[in-house]
Amino acid sequence: MSDAPFLSLEKLTLAYGDTVAVKDLDLSIRKGELVAFLGPSGCGKTTTMRSIAGLLTPASGRISLDGTDITRVSANKRSVGLVFQSYALFPHLSVFENVAFGLRLKKLPASDIETRVTAGLKSVGLSKFATRKPAELSGGQQQRVALARSMVMEPKVLLLDEPLSNLDARLRLEMRTELQRVQKETGVTMIFVTHDQGEALSLADRIVVMLNGAIEQIGTPEDIYNRPVSRFVADFVGFENIFAVEGGKLKAANGPIALSESLPPDTAGLAWRPRMVTLGSGPFQGTVRGASFSGSTREYLLDTPLGAIKAEEDAGLAAHQPGTELAFDLPVARAARLERFG
Amino acid sequence: MTPRIFSPLVLFLVVAFLIGPFFIIVAASLSGGETLAFPPQGFSLKWVVKVFTVESFRESFAVSMFLAIGGTAMALVLGIPASYALSRYKLPFGETIRTIVSLPIIVPGIIVGLALLRYIVVPFGFNITLALFLAHTALVLPYAVRVVSASLNNLRSDIEEAAVLLGSSRAGAFFRVVMPNIRSGILAAFILGFVTSFNQVPVSLFLSGPGVRTLPIDMLSYMEITYDPSVAALSALLAFMSIGIVFLAERFLGFSRYV
Repeated sequence: MSDAPFLSLEKLTLAYGDTVAVKDLDLSIRKGELVAFLGPSGCGKTTTMRSIAGLLTPASGRISLDGTDITRVSANKRSVGLVFQSYALFPHLSVFENVAFGLRLKKLPASDIETRVTAGLKSVGLSKFATRKPAELSGGQQQRVALARSMVMEPKVLLLDEPLSNLDARLRLEMRTELQRVQKETGVTMIFVTHDQGEALSLADRIVVMLNGAIEQIGTPEDIYNRPVSRFVADFVGFENIFAVEGGKLKAANGPIALSESLPPDTAGLAWRPRMVTLGSGPFQGTVRGASFSGSTREYLLDTPLGAIKAEEDAGLAAHQPGTELAFDLPVARAARLERFG
Repeated sequence: MTPRIFSPLVLFLVVAFLIGPFFIIVAASLSGGETLAFPPQGFSLKWVVKVFTVESFRESFAVSMFLAIGGTAMALVLGIPASYALSRYKLPFGETIRTIVSLPIIVPGIIVGLALLRYIVVPFGFNITLALFLAHTALVLPYAVRVVSASLNNLRSDIEEAAVLLGSSRAGAFFRVVMPNIRSGILAAFILGFVTSFNQVPVSLFLSGPGVRTLPIDMLSYMEITYDPSVAALSALLAFMSIGIVFLAERFLGFSRYV
């Protein structure tokens, strides 16, 4: 993995008619990286992916791949593969012919095609299904055909649209392993789009969190999960107690609260996951309004002067009954420090 | 009468009403008599044989076949791209265009025929064959667009993008992955168009002229002069041809899905 950018997007603006979907996006991806575009629907992640594939012409900006400007290169000449969310297999062709489709267009010798398709099908464990039609395969198998179909073309970048979302839990794990294996074996640069933070965290080397057509945060899964920089990202990865900070004070429902520790001047907010909230001791008081048991933990909803607080404790600890008064603390040392609170 | 008996009875009467004339025609065509009559007088195949010896029947059959095959082919050449555009792109006035394309189904044939004759054929001096060809193309077009659109709407559009990303051009994607998947829809449209065109009377009636007429029109004028069972024999043969086509279409295409 070299540090020079392999795929770079510069000031990329994408629009459907008059509706701007992505604005001034800058992003560099290194060769061999596995990157996730993460965000809610409508954030521009799929649009960005389509523009990399060449299915959407940018309104302005530049896309370059492997040292070449491909902004105006048509989709069929980009060496970019895309595994569609619906798989988009050709219904009239056998599994073998689906995988061979691109190779036949390249006018490779028949024996080469045979070898590469056979190897491609073998690598996704579908050798036995070569003569079947796509409709005779399960969803998971269809997706692996789609993956093989893209991979035999040896693309410079492989894009995947919601690769795990149509699969059940067991297949999801299988596919996740499959994608990591393909990436490791071939070293292909992969970008996948997802709205599921779990998928992104478990699969990606780097996550690009998007919102409203712009990048909110780029970082490793650990960065995103532990050190969100904006309110949106914090909320998205499960920080449920989020407060703005102004002039070094926490903005609570009952007014500003001075903090025990001093914060860097650019702090715009603080966020705590439910399990970061200390229950039973601390400077604040709250009333337990609801409790729910989820196996290994108990979750509590507290009514407090600061506003509603969600807390979580080990299920092994004694349960707090709804209606009880409880002291609690929001330890600043454990909080995620937000730089933006938009 | 209880409803239990009533509804099967109604069903029987409806079916008898629809199919009955067909049996009468078949029976009349096998008559040994000299005039078109039912019940038939005696039994003979001579009228069935005679059909093939009548010169004008042979000529008008050729005209009808040419119009049915050529007109339907032309309607598909125009209709497939039109259906594609209507189903894949958000066109301004898309719905209006769809309605206009369907008009020949809705507007009575007599009016279409008269309008074509009065305002297009006569003023521009079209020859009869060309006029008939254009009219039949226009009449079949709605069926072509409707049936092909139905197939296209069942086909995901992302397979075209997939083909493009595998190196195909846009046009190549259409021929490599769209056409093969709507093939049975196109065949169904062809059969429907063929039958529609072949059995067309009112428009052809206005546009037929000296020396060039379609088979149904020829049969009408034949009957005005010669009232023998050969018309019944020809009708029966044509009915069997239509039944054969539809049977094969149903057998191999599941035709009823498209109509």
